[in-house]
Amino acid sequence: MRQSWILALAALAPLNAQPIVIQNATIMTVTSGTLQGSVVIKDGKIADVGEKVMMPQHATIIDAGGQYVIPGIIDCHSHIAVDGNVNEGTVAVSSMVNIKDVINPEDIAIYRALAGGVTTANILHGSANPIGGQTIVLKMRWGKDAQGLIFEGALPGIKFALGENPKRPGNPPGGRFSAQTMPARYPATRMGVEDTIREALNEAKAYKAEWDEYGAKVARGEHAIPPRKDLKLEPLKEVLEGKRYVHAHCYREDEILMLLRVADDYGFKIRTLQHALEAYKVAREIGASGTGVSTFSDWWAFKIEAYDAIPFNAAIMQKNGIVVSLNSDDEELIRHLNTEAAKAMKYGGVSETEALAMVTINPAKQLGIDSRVGSIEVGKDADLAIYDRDPLSDYAKVQKVLIDGQVYFDRDSDVGARPAKALEKQKLIDNEKKSQPKPPAGGRPVE
Amino acid sequence: MRKLVPALLLLCAWAFASNPRTLAIRNAKIVSVSGPVLSKGTVVVRNGLIEAVGVNAPIPAGAWIIDGEGMTVYPGLIDAFSTIGIPSLAAPPTTAARGGRNQATPAQPAAPTPAPAPATPVAPAKGPEDRPATTSWVLAADEIDPSDRRIESVRSAGFTTTITFPARGIFGGQGSIVDLASEERAGEMVVVPAVGQYVAVSRGGGMFGGFGAGFPNSLMGYIAYIRQTYLDAEHYRLVKEAYAHDPRGMERPQYDRALEGVLASKRILLPANRVVEMDRMLRFAAELGQPAILYGMREAYRPEAAPLVKKYGSPVLVSLHWSEAPHDPDPEAYRTMRSLEDVDQGPAAPGLLQKAGVPFALYSDGLDQPRDLQRAVKKAIDAGLSRQDAVRALTLSPAEIYGVADRLGSIDVGKIANLVVTKGDLFDDHTQIEMIFVDGKQYKPAPEPPAGEGRATTEQPGANQ
Repeated sequence: MRQSWILALAALAPLNAQPIVIQNATIMTVTSGTLQGSVVIKDGKIADVGEKVMMPQHATIIDAGGQYVIPGIIDCHSHIAVDGNVNEGTVAVSSMVNIKDVINPEDIAIYRALAGGVTTANILHGSANPIGGQTIVLKMRWGKDAQGLIFEGALPGIKFALGENPKRPGNPPGGRFSAQTMPARYPATRMGVEDTIREALNEAKAYKAEWDEYGAKVARGEHAIPPRKDLKLEPLKEVLEGKRYVHAHCYREDEILMLLRVADDYGFKIRTLQHALEAYKVAREIGASGTGVSTFSDWWAFKIEAYDAIPFNAAIMQKNGIVVSLNSDDEELIRHLNTEAAKAMKYGGVSETEALAMVTINPAKQLGIDSRVGSIEVGKDADLAIYDRDPLSDYAKVQKVLIDGQVYFDRDSDVGARPAKALEKQKLIDNEKKSQPKPPAGGRPVE
Repeated sequence: MRKLVPALLLLCAWAFASNPRTLAIRNAKIVSVSGPVLSKGTVVVRNGLIEAVGVNAPIPAGAWIIDGEGMTVYPGLIDAFSTIGIPSLAAPPTTAARGGRNQATPAQPAAPTPAPAPATPVAPAKGPEDRPATTSWVLAADEIDPSDRRIESVRSAGFTTTITFPARGIFGGQGSIVDLASEERAGEMVVVPAVGQYVAVSRGGGMFGGFGAGFPNSLMGYIAYIRQTYLDAEHYRLVKEAYAHDPRGMERPQYDRALEGVLASKRILLPANRVVEMDRMLRFAAELGQPAILYGMREAYRPEAAPLVKKYGSPVLVSLHWSEAPHDPDPEAYRTMRSLEDVDQGPAAPGLLQKAGVPFALYSDGLDQPRDLQRAVKKAIDAGLSRQDAVRALTLSPAEIYGVADRLGSIDVGKIANLVVTKGDLFDDHTQIEMIFVDGKQYKPAPEPPAGEGRATTEQPGANQ
């Protein structure tokens, strides 16, 4: 299997070197309309888009007659490709941990996401803590090592979480009246969640002051011992300095307003509110703060704080001028984010382009990578998904996915390779059976 | 009284005979590992050291002479990563580990053994500052117990030396090089007391694991903790040096034994079984600026593994506990391609590493029965490792990796007289280990366990402490 993969990748390699032209397609650029024509890819970037394009010499042609090309889908909230526990839930502030350290490039969910047209995903720490771990943006470059997946230049983020999840550890295992074998973790209330965040930010402010003072001493030429580097406070210092995005898990209107006020008090911006099922109640306030919203299409009522949701949430955000995206938070849902976008057309009546934007250019803006990805424009990364029919249809299937102009998923070759892979696997299973020690003679028959 | 004197004399003679100070093995085939094989030669041992080796090495007067006709002399085998000598760390027998349903791969050797429960319960760690599961200041040498039953067992398989680690917690402490002699005092067994820090990580509990329990409980938490510890150690060193230079007017730095232990370690041992883990840990060691040795290496057979390891130049220790097919598997259980490949190709790893020129050694990983060890090495030989390289991976290579090739690992003048004498080639099915020498003292292999079982009967595994 591995050998065949290497061969397949080797065969794909020249594609990257020589230009590619995707022809005869319906091209949904997202930012400048939909057209019939071609996309030209050179050196991993989109070199030309239009009804008529200049054909480069020696180009590889992908005939997409009757097919649709869209920018690769971007998922603003995912937990795939993580080795080990996605939560460091033992502490209320776990900002010292970093998803970047535990990228698992062999997680099959990456390949499945690719097969659903996803080219980029924001990989977040879980929601067990008011302040969670550091996050990372990955491209779904299946077959590359951990470093090879990282979206170069994307600003790192950090996970915050409000409400039920972070306060749940405050309840001792077995319930409040059980024999307490382990001390419960603070906080146990929404008030405590706010307090934990403020306390950590206060610490970060003091920490920043300490380093600033040290910097000043060094600048004056004084001989000083640097302060202790604290991995918990480093990323929070970066948040205060605007060098790191905050992606905050939240549901209720009250906690959304709480967090916006906290951010105001400490002089930074929340980059995105994640889930935010009650965002429609405070759309004006969110809009005024310039915060993005990344929500579910129609998934709710899975816990008390998720009851007051409506399927119009995304459309209402859109109409209030808020940058809104639809995310998966799930390795199954990540495979059909196109239909999640389509739901915003049914509930809320957004246009086809506006719906697609919710899984392409909008999440790109939220992650600060919209100059690189999220639409089909000359100069952007050639991250493209080709569907056999309108991608906003339930029946659409992904045919090919390109990242940086390289084909990472091809439905035909995937399906075509299956018999050979099955055979290879069967051979190993048979080998293994043969080498198994024989059961002792006269033993009881297998029941 | 008249009867007592001859009795005493006899006793002296016996003591002298069993462990003569000077002895020579002659007419034996000698596999020195460091040089060419001598088809007939002599090894002279005096005071626990190799005094001479060669075709015509002179035999000193008064030496006890062993006729090695039809025998082969090898350097004593070295278990490059072990807990032997610390009975409380004896792993449960490997047969138990492979029994369960869906057990496609052996128990993760990387999973850290929990630190011993303290006498009084302490609050769970709230962060790196609490130094969770850390006993970095511990030396295996201080915990060696000559009564560990495994000592005789692995010695009977030809092992004369182990690199024994206090393998518990995250920073377990430093490993020691131990000669498997049956000494009264553990101190006499220690060759080098501190060779490197044992580090382990774990993937953490389930989806909501760790809630309410101590830090860390995720792989990223383990990594963050280790990273913070090294940052703290560096800062600690800086502050301590400044204080030593001029304490006046300076706040006294707090003594931290966890950081002392880390600073005292000249290398770290990091777990890595999958190629993804090798990549992660090699990168991590480079970031920490620590010379590292990887252990585990289950997927070292994969084509990416050897070039990756070679790029970083770290030596690796390959577990002899090969992945095995599940015994009595659930027919409904799904086998991944990877787990099938692990079983099919795992033992090819040593041969591939050898070919790629990666410094590596083999280690027992919980196997402690001579027959299991011999079979495990034989599997690697059958999968492409030459016999000669197999011997090297258990003698000179581990000695080089730990920087003690000047005293262990080959049959050379001046080195410690750790030898294995066999009838037949080491690791062959029917090879008989005739005698073992540790520090020049002769041992006979323990009698074979009952046929068919392949291991000594242990009703209570690990009950030998």
